[in-house]
Amino acid sequence: MVEIVVAFLYLSILMYLLFGGADFGAGIIELFTSNDKKDRTRQLTYQAIGPIWEANHMWLIIAIVILFVGFPTIYTTVSIFLHIPVSLLLLGIIARGTAFIFRHYDPEKGKIQELYNSIFVYSSFLSPLFLGILAGTVISGRIDREASSFVDAYLYPWLGLFPLSVGLFTVAICGYLAAVFLIGEADSEEDQKTFRKKAIRMNILTVVAGGVVFVAAYMEGIPLLEGLLENTLSILALILASISLPLTWKFLLKNLHILARIMAGFQVSMILFALFYSIHPSIMIFKDGTMSLNEAAAGLATMNALGIALLIGSVFIIPSLIYLIYSFQKR
Amino acid sequence: MDDLLAARLQMALSLGFHIIFACIGMIMPFFMAISHYIYLKTGKQVYKKLTIAWSKGVAIFFVTGAVSGTMLSFELGLLWPKFMEEAGPIFGMPFSLEGTAFFIEAIALGFFLYGWDKFKPWFHWFTGVVVGVSGLSSGILVVAANAWMNSPTGFDIIDGVYTNIDPIAAMFNDAWFSQALHMVLAAFVATGFAVGGIHAWLLRQGKSKEIHLPAMRISLTIGAVAALLIPFSGHYSAQDVAHRQPAKLAAMEAHFHTEERAALIIGGIPDEESETVNFAIKIPGGLSYLIYGDFVTEVTGLEDIPKDERPPVAIVHYSFQIMVATAMLLLSVGLLWLVGQWRSAAYIHSRWFLTLLAMVCPFGFIAVEAGWVVTEVGRQPWILYGIMKTADAVTPMPGIVYSFWLYLGIYLSLAMIVGVLLVRQVRALEKDTDEKQPQMS
Ligand code: HDD
Ligand code: HEM
Ligand code: HEM
Repeated sequence: MVEIVVAFLYLSILMYLLFGGADFGAGIIELFTSNDKKDRTRQLTYQAIGPIWEANHMWLIIAIVILFVGFPTIYTTVSIFLHIPVSLLLLGIIARGTAFIFRHYDPEKGKIQELYNSIFVYSSFLSPLFLGILAGTVISGRIDREASSFVDAYLYPWLGLFPLSVGLFTVAICGYLAAVFLIGEADSEEDQKTFRKKAIRMNILTVVAGGVVFVAAYMEGIPLLEGLLENTLSILALILASISLPLTWKFLLKNLHILARIMAGFQVSMILFALFYSIHPSIMIFKDGTMSLNEAAAGLATMNALGIALLIGSVFIIPSLIYLIYSFQKR
Repeated sequence: MDDLLAARLQMALSLGFHIIFACIGMIMPFFMAISHYIYLKTGKQVYKKLTIAWSKGVAIFFVTGAVSGTMLSFELGLLWPKFMEEAGPIFGMPFSLEGTAFFIEAIALGFFLYGWDKFKPWFHWFTGVVVGVSGLSSGILVVAANAWMNSPTGFDIIDGVYTNIDPIAAMFNDAWFSQALHMVLAAFVATGFAVGGIHAWLLRQGKSKEIHLPAMRISLTIGAVAALLIPFSGHYSAQDVAHRQPAKLAAMEAHFHTEERAALIIGGIPDEESETVNFAIKIPGGLSYLIYGDFVTEVTGLEDIPKDERPPVAIVHYSFQIMVATAMLLLSVGLLWLVGQWRSAAYIHSRWFLTLLAMVCPFGFIAVEAGWVVTEVGRQPWILYGIMKTADAVTPMPGIVYSFWLYLGIYLSLAMIVGVLLVRQVRALEKDTDEKQPQMS
């Protein structure tokens, strides 16, 4: 059962990165769209993600519930030492979700809309940034469980080059996913062209940001590259991600939207896999040690109950989610 | 303000905020489903319009409920890590099922809100019902988790270690049924009177009867029936509390001295120093009767609870009084409505009655908040009744005071925007109906 729970945990993190990420990305794209095209982007975004955005964000809830029920030590350690960035992430999530719905349901179309729009785009940028910062901190070894001063315990761990670079990398991934996704939703040839350009630009940005992550890791003495290289499966995943890169471009240029989406999703999954696997079996790395999922796992009775609940849940959720996505697909 | 107080206030604020949206999110789908059903059966356009008008308002509430709920799932850890460390694996069962319920709800909501004219009418209607059913189930589940904090079961503590964990037993703890039943009824009462009150107000302002009267019929009738039932369930809850948490009951009733023929104390100002209640109405034997069904049986008073295990008396007592008084008020108004409907009485349309309905609009929610204060503050100083103190559970991170102010700011702004949006929605609806009026007649 523990394996099933772990599988669901990774699945929900991956799904959140893919679907929630594309969702955040739509706002990031809007942020980097020239003013005259913003309206069209906005409209398209609403059509594309309106019906599924809430479901997209449920993956986060599932991941959190799995953590606090099944792996309470991880949940509480993150909650204590990363209280501040978690709060900032929450701020972003709240601002974004509400601004997205409010701007649509406010019958008044005047100045207030501009406020909603700017809240939406900036929080779309900040939320994945903090998500990435959290992920970066957790694997960086910067958390010192014995720290005695406020700065060392609660600020230093996440305020660093490496966490920040992972944050920016996450933002780039989200923007990339969104652009690839939106191409398929666009009606006109012209919109498609805009998004295609954006997708390619975002892809380049992602690769660059990925490089920066390695540089930052090197500068801070985090054995990221070493971990990846020691691990055959991680290397394989990275190679697959690299091979899929030119393929994605080819599909994008040939207007094969679905294939391009699958490829983009595949790349991101591979990157995530390589990262997680490189520190396996640890899941958190501290200044003075590590924590693995097994060490943090709750007792067997809890794991069994949680596993069964997740299995039952997925019987209902997965088919209806697929039907939802299918129903609101364009064409 | 110290960090513990700040953390408690922040938790109370967040939950008190969330519960409003949770109630609307649980109940409105049912109101919409009824209206939608009538439309599908009779083809009357006004019911379609009502359903759509409601769903626009509800969309705003849903997103606010969703984000405030997301915050809560983090806040439990941000504020009470030492509690969650132990409690997570034990009371996690309802939360993991709740996750499923939320997910289904979010999916069904997508179908319902965006599915007009896209799907077969009855499939579309059904997705609305699914939203309601999954919302209600998630409410029941999360209340079961809260009930476990009042009535911890499903584990043993051996040498300070929580062992023999049985998540199923923890979920079906002694308090879950009484609390879940009461909460569900309360959600119907609060939402029914709130929605009915808004429509009554609009009707009183001379807006079109076409839409507001059917809206009132649906919301107030359901709210009124729930208001008739809730005192029974509340009475049952109180008996339950008397058995499992005597300290809470004593605080609710401001009952300081353990005695036979315990009096029921109504109103009054409890003085915790001198252990007396001033200016109260006392019904001799009343409390004994309510709890044990006879006028003599002894009821434990606060004097028998160690001083450091007593909850704050005044807040709990006042909140309980507010809840019961509100129950009586809504019961009376609800009866007037039901009788008036049944007899087709003229006063139903009179200005004074519509004014009355508009005035009781917020009271259901006042009772909900008061009831939660009774439950939660009445549990103090325990976070996990009899096992872990709130003070021992709070996060070691200093500076929660700032976080509290930040959250206060967020919730105030959200509340303001939601309020403004709701008013604008209603105005837009009015403009819409007023314009269409000539064509319809
Ligand atoms: C519309 C709202 C509403 C109304 C009219 C009432 N209640 Fe209530 N009450 C609630 C809404 C509520 C609540 C907010 O939903 C609570 C908080 C926790 C819970 O389970 O329900 C609650 C809790 C609660 C508790 C504490 C339960 C516990 O700690 O386990 C008691 C003893 C009562 N109520 C008793 C009553 C009585 C005797 C009422 C009427 C005569 C009454 N309530 C009317
Ligand atoms: C008695 C208290 C509570 C009740 C009755 C309740 C009920 C609900 C309901 C009905 C919803 C859906 C509302 C909507 O979508 O508008 C909701 C949303 C949510 N609640 Fe609560 N809740 C309560 C307390 C909590 C607590 C303590 C937590 C956290 C641990 C929580 C977590 C959530 C989450 C994560 C959501 C978002 C789900 C979504 O997007 O649909 N709730 N809650
Ligand atoms: C939505 C309805 C709820 C409301 C309005 C509510 C209200 C409150 C209030 C007023 C407090 C502060 C008590 C005090 O410190 O004096 C509190 C504390 C708390 N509540 Fe609730 N509560 C609700 C439901 C829940 C649920 C469903 C859970 C968990 C499953 C929960 C968990 C907690 C925790 C962990 C605390 C902090 C510890 C404590 O003060 O005991 N609450 N809540």
